[in-house]
Amino acid sequence: MVGKPISEHVNGGTNTSKTTSPKPFSSDLLSNLSFKTLKLKTKQQELLIRVSILCLVYVLAFITRLFSVLRYESMIHEFDPYFNYRTTLYLTEKGFYEFWNWFDSESWYPLGRIIGGTLYPGLMVTAALIYWALRFLRFAVHIREVCVLTAPFFASNTTIVAYLFGKEIWDTGAGLVAAALIAICPGYISRSVAGSYDNEGVAIFALLLTFYLFVKAVNTGSLAWSLASAFGYFYMVSAWGGYVFIINLVPLYVLVLLITGRYSMRLYVAYNCMYIVGMLLAMQIRFVGFQHVQSGEHMAAMGVFFLMQVFYFLDWVKHLLSDTKMFQAFLRITVTCAVGVGAVALGLGTASGYISPWTGRFYSLLDPTYAKDHIPIIASVSEHQPTAWSSFMFDFHILLFLFPAGLYFCFKRLSDATIFIVMYGLTSMYFAGVMVRLILVATPAVCLISAIAVSATIKNLTQLVRAKDKVPQTGSTKGASSAKGSSKGSIDQSQPFQKNGAIALLFGAFYLLSKYATHCTWVTSEAYSSPSIVLAARGAHGNRVIFDDYREAYFWLRQNTPPDAKVMSWWDYGYQITAMGNRTVIVDNNTWNNTHIATVGRAMSSYEDEAYDIMRSLDVDYVLVVFGGVTGYSSDDINKFLWMVRIGGGVFPVIKEPDYLVNGEYRVDKGAAPKMLNCLMYKLSYYRFGELTTEYGKPPGYDRARGVEIGNKDVKLEYLEEAFTTSNWIVRIYKVKPPNNRW
Amino acid sequence: MVKPSSSSSSTSQDALALFNSLRSAYSATPTALKIIDLYVGFAVSTAIIQVVYMALVGSFPFNSFLSGVLSCIGTAVLAVCLRIQVNKENKEFKDLAPERAFADFVLCNLVLHLVIMNFLG
Repeated sequence: MVGKPISEHVNGGTNTSKTTSPKPFSSDLLSNLSFKTLKLKTKQQELLIRVSILCLVYVLAFITRLFSVLRYESMIHEFDPYFNYRTTLYLTEKGFYEFWNWFDSESWYPLGRIIGGTLYPGLMVTAALIYWALRFLRFAVHIREVCVLTAPFFASNTTIVAYLFGKEIWDTGAGLVAAALIAICPGYISRSVAGSYDNEGVAIFALLLTFYLFVKAVNTGSLAWSLASAFGYFYMVSAWGGYVFIINLVPLYVLVLLITGRYSMRLYVAYNCMYIVGMLLAMQIRFVGFQHVQSGEHMAAMGVFFLMQVFYFLDWVKHLLSDTKMFQAFLRITVTCAVGVGAVALGLGTASGYISPWTGRFYSLLDPTYAKDHIPIIASVSEHQPTAWSSFMFDFHILLFLFPAGLYFCFKRLSDATIFIVMYGLTSMYFAGVMVRLILVATPAVCLISAIAVSATIKNLTQLVRAKDKVPQTGSTKGASSAKGSSKGSIDQSQPFQKNGAIALLFGAFYLLSKYATHCTWVTSEAYSSPSIVLAARGAHGNRVIFDDYREAYFWLRQNTPPDAKVMSWWDYGYQITAMGNRTVIVDNNTWNNTHIATVGRAMSSYEDEAYDIMRSLDVDYVLVVFGGVTGYSSDDINKFLWMVRIGGGVFPVIKEPDYLVNGEYRVDKGAAPKMLNCLMYKLSYYRFGELTTEYGKPPGYDRARGVEIGNKDVKLEYLEEAFTTSNWIVRIYKVKPPNNRW
Repeated sequence: MVKPSSSSSSTSQDALALFNSLRSAYSATPTALKIIDLYVGFAVSTAIIQVVYMALVGSFPFNSFLSGVLSCIGTAVLAVCLRIQVNKENKEFKDLAPERAFADFVLCNLVLHLVIMNFLG
């Protein structure tokens, strides 16, 4: 993109020198030679620039994700990453087979959890491989450092894939821009900062790689590329449940190509090989198992697979038969048979229960209101909420405006590859609107399509600017004007205005892009780099105050409780308690057993004596609650409490949400509902809080997170006793007393 | 099949004519492609036999059944891909050497059957 105009320019320069001064043969050869070397040089220059840009982008993608390490320390963030960290640790210590057959008795207390069969092992295996490779090379790293830096490392690799993908669907320029855009796009950074050791960090790389290899396979029609994309799919399946998106998008794409009459042999080769081998490979992951042939979400792919066979067969017969009338008859028979057989098979499969219907998670994706009515446990997670416009703006910034422009360019130059990226962009944008966390899936598509817009626009503009430079030069050398020259001259008339406009637009584009860069850096450093396990706030003098209460509490658990103690908490903290506190928990973030979670929710929302029976039945030794009333930390258990009531009430109808509300309003002050003021969660959160003055000029017992004075200051506990409260009261741990002696 | 039974004689005539013209057109294909077609037909019929057997006996070691059927279907599909790629009439694959196509085919089969061996149980 950069090289071409330069080489033309050089070409023109040597031409003029040749025409103005005729030289002897040897010097002509010399100039020819120099011309050749020069031309080579520009190509080399172009390559050099491209490679160095890619290297810079690669490094940039890594270092922009290190804010969290610099601000806090090299630590694992949030909730799910702690589970991943714990399993990785287990994998590196015990080896792969132990990991694969691991039955974990430390979570879901009476039930336990078959870890090896219920997780996507891709992330852990990747991190363990990196760890073993580094160990082999004699780098004495700790596994935690590897886990912390896995996500940034894969983000860097994603930029390379984005470059190749952009090159495949448009040109190298678009590829470079795409790599640069995706390296710093906040939508992606939000899930891949250092320490965010989660499946998505690896999965986005795998997703993009699969799509790139598939598009490459469609473009070349080669079995080898198709096989490579099957392996990419395998990696994706092993890493993240989002693989369902691939197995539905690719058949949809094939279907669209079939309907629009763009069916080709290349498509047949690419899809069928990828589907068969990819499906077989995916079945090797135990958590996925037979789903590819049994669950409703995967049936689209299989249907399209059979459709492709029918289509190919018809195409072949049509090719053989010269008589069109006969072919029509044949077509009628075959299509009727195929549709009949397909419908009967699907009907039988669904009716006999062999093909499972779509799961609730799938429905909640297609219909945003589904989860709210039917599955409170999905609706309760904040990242499953529908996306607000502001967060689109926050995560995409100018890409939001470039996206439609890129779609325009794609439609202008329609090919198999651009159709793919358009479909990927549109479907993933829809899903991003349904769920906040799926902005992540849309990000690569948005970056690629925007890159096409940026690259195509800037290319057009620079061509305009360059054309202006060249025209007077050719005019002066040629002198006499031919018909062609006059036509160029007529363009020349309108060019000053065009050129200025082009320059202004170029400046505008660079202004926008630089704004994008500053926005991304700002968002990364301010919003997405906090580990959420260590909280930071501004003190009264503008200094930074660190609340390290979570780790304090988990460390206390680890040091001061018996090793077989069972800790009950809301499921959000389950992974952290097992990973950092090394104690058994009742429920955790895996949420595979709704009844068990509902039991905990019921205990939390019952009166103390009722809760005591439930806790005794679950063998609970300690209860852990998170409380933000002292520090003003708003995502604490009191604010999550209504979800506990809803989830508990969904299974146990004795818990009714209206009992905890006053006129439909949720409050904790004097006007609160009596059941609210005396339920276990309220008591555990506000125990002895009435004695504490939290803010100057406010009465004791003033809750800073909710901004009210609490309603029940005199909390008495009968069956539990306070065991530990962290320095800022964020985590409070209570010991369940043993039953009283009978006499 | 589509038409009502009253005109079944004309339908059967049509079918016969169709069959004849198909056979005459097919006889012109090169021998190499015919061999591949035979191979595909064999693989598909093996798959059908397995499905029928499953319907009669039951699908208990489901992974074994799946690997058996998918082995046949995969072989057939890969062979069809090979057939597409080596067919001289397909202009899309003019610059793909038959040797390269065969190498890809062998590679895919290798992967396919290694995975199947792992899955057979």
